Amino acid sequence: MSGPLLELRGVTRQFGGLKAVSDVSLSVPQGEVIGVIGPNGAGKTTLVNVITGVHPASAGSVHFGGEDITRRAPWQAARQGIARTFQIVQPFPEMTVLENVAAAAMFAGGARFGGEAEREARAHLEFVGLGAAAGQRAAALTLAMRKRLEFAKGLAMRPRLLLLDEVNAGLNATEIDQALELIRGIAARGVTILIIEHLMKVVLSLCSRIVVLHHGELIAQGEPQSIIRDPRVIQAYLGRRYAQGGTPRHG
Amino acid sequence: MKRDALVAAALCALVALVPLAGEAYWLRLGTTMLMYGVIAMSWNFIGGMAGYPSFAVAAFFGLGAYTGAVAQKLGLPMGLAWCLAGLAALAFAAALGIALLRLRGHYFAIASLVVAEVLRELVNSATDLTGGGMGLNLPLPAMRSVQAQAIFFYYAMLGVAALTFAAMLATVHSRLGFGLRCIQQNESAADMLGVNTTYYKVAAFMLSGVFVGMAGAVYASWVHYIEPPDVFDVLYSVKAIVMVLLGGAGSVFGPLFGAALFLSLEELVWRRFLEVHTGVLGLLIVLLVMFLPKGLLSFSRRLPRASKQP
Repeated sequence: MSGPLLELRGVTRQFGGLKAVSDVSLSVPQGEVIGVIGPNGAGKTTLVNVITGVHPASAGSVHFGGEDITRRAPWQAARQGIARTFQIVQPFPEMTVLENVAAAAMFAGGARFGGEAEREARAHLEFVGLGAAAGQRAAALTLAMRKRLEFAKGLAMRPRLLLLDEVNAGLNATEIDQALELIRGIAARGVTILIIEHLMKVVLSLCSRIVVLHHGELIAQGEPQSIIRDPRVIQAYLGRRYAQGGTPRHG
Repeated sequence: MKRDALVAAALCALVALVPLAGEAYWLRLGTTMLMYGVIAMSWNFIGGMAGYPSFAVAAFFGLGAYTGAVAQKLGLPMGLAWCLAGLAALAFAAALGIALLRLRGHYFAIASLVVAEVLRELVNSATDLTGGGMGLNLPLPAMRSVQAQAIFFYYAMLGVAALTFAAMLATVHSRLGFGLRCIQQNESAADMLGVNTTYYKVAAFMLSGVFVGMAGAVYASWVHYIEPPDVFDVLYSVKAIVMVLLGGAGSVFGPLFGAALFLSLEELVWRRFLEVHTGVLGLLIVLLVMFLPKGLLSFSRRLPRASKQP
């Protein structure tokens, strides 16, 4: 495979008369950590839903590993190696933490039912620091722990591409630092990561490239330092306050 | 899983002894109990494990009863007719599932409720084959004595019940059962994790149909005469749900407990309150569900489903 891992060609997604994503083209090479930012309602989550097949593109196409996956169902995309975390975490509440991760290992990761899936799940739980909570009901976890569970599930799917949809929302400063460590660790394993994030600190410290969505359109992309100086971006996303020389912080 | 299988085998052996008591009343009650057990366990596949409230039990039951009856009328031996009835229900569930299981929650429940009515009308109008509203007589089995017949059908129903239980136990401890639990907890999350949800739901729906179809056919042979309102009775669907709720949804032994408890209630209440028995029964069910929301199994500390999965 020589081309980019993920490629969007002129992707549009319409809901009735509303274009949530409009003619977005984007190419993500293997191993990149790319950030997607934009104000609320800019179409960031819709973009993830288009890639995973939850809301297939109304126009344009999505290519993954050279294959056209525009019309694939979410479960097919998952088995092909696209994992996502949800903005609002979605565990199976009445299952144990271990079962949650084992499900990901089995159905998307291809592990066999039983011992194999369980062993893999344990390893991933150790990696994200939830080893001690393996036997707990998922519903009993704190928010920060549930976010970690999402990471473990994502990893258990043996992804080639991991889509992180605001994994840091609702976390405190310490927890965010821990999550950053975790994301770096995952990137170090060679997983390509696309991060949707509101916290500038996170995007600036992790991503080698940032794309900016506004009203569903891709208005800018480039290195983090040039993006935060781009007047269109400041206008659309960061607000006037930043244009007058304030330091970026979360918005 | 081994423990569950052993308990079930012991239970089965115990139940197999009932005919020794010999009384016709107990045999009739026992056969009904086993039939209720099949219906409850079958509903558990789709309602308990996958969390889809199906009202299709009556459709499967009637379809099985009529398939078995017509097959026997056309000269097929009884055993084969029963198997054919199971297959018919299986195929019907597959076709119906592919169409209906795109709907979620209440929509699915209502759609599945209508199916029995449609089938009943079809059977009513296909007079040549089914006798329509006149009903259909089945050939009497070879056994001469009424007692021998009763014992035979008791064991036949026990066979279907044992088959259903084995299938349920195998499913709970398999990839399919695990996937169904994921769907029951959060279907879109399951989808995102690579569970082919449509395929899993249709499989569960087929499992919830096949044994009910067989039980329907055995029932038809047992009572010798069926008519549309009798076998396409929506009460079968309602009873299935009530029994599973009484026993504990999604668990292995819950549906059986629920069936036993429900039949006991039905029998006791019916005898004592001839005039208002459905009303009293309804009240009892409301009370039970209110105070035992997880069914009889809330008394057991460790629910069988919570054992070391996957």
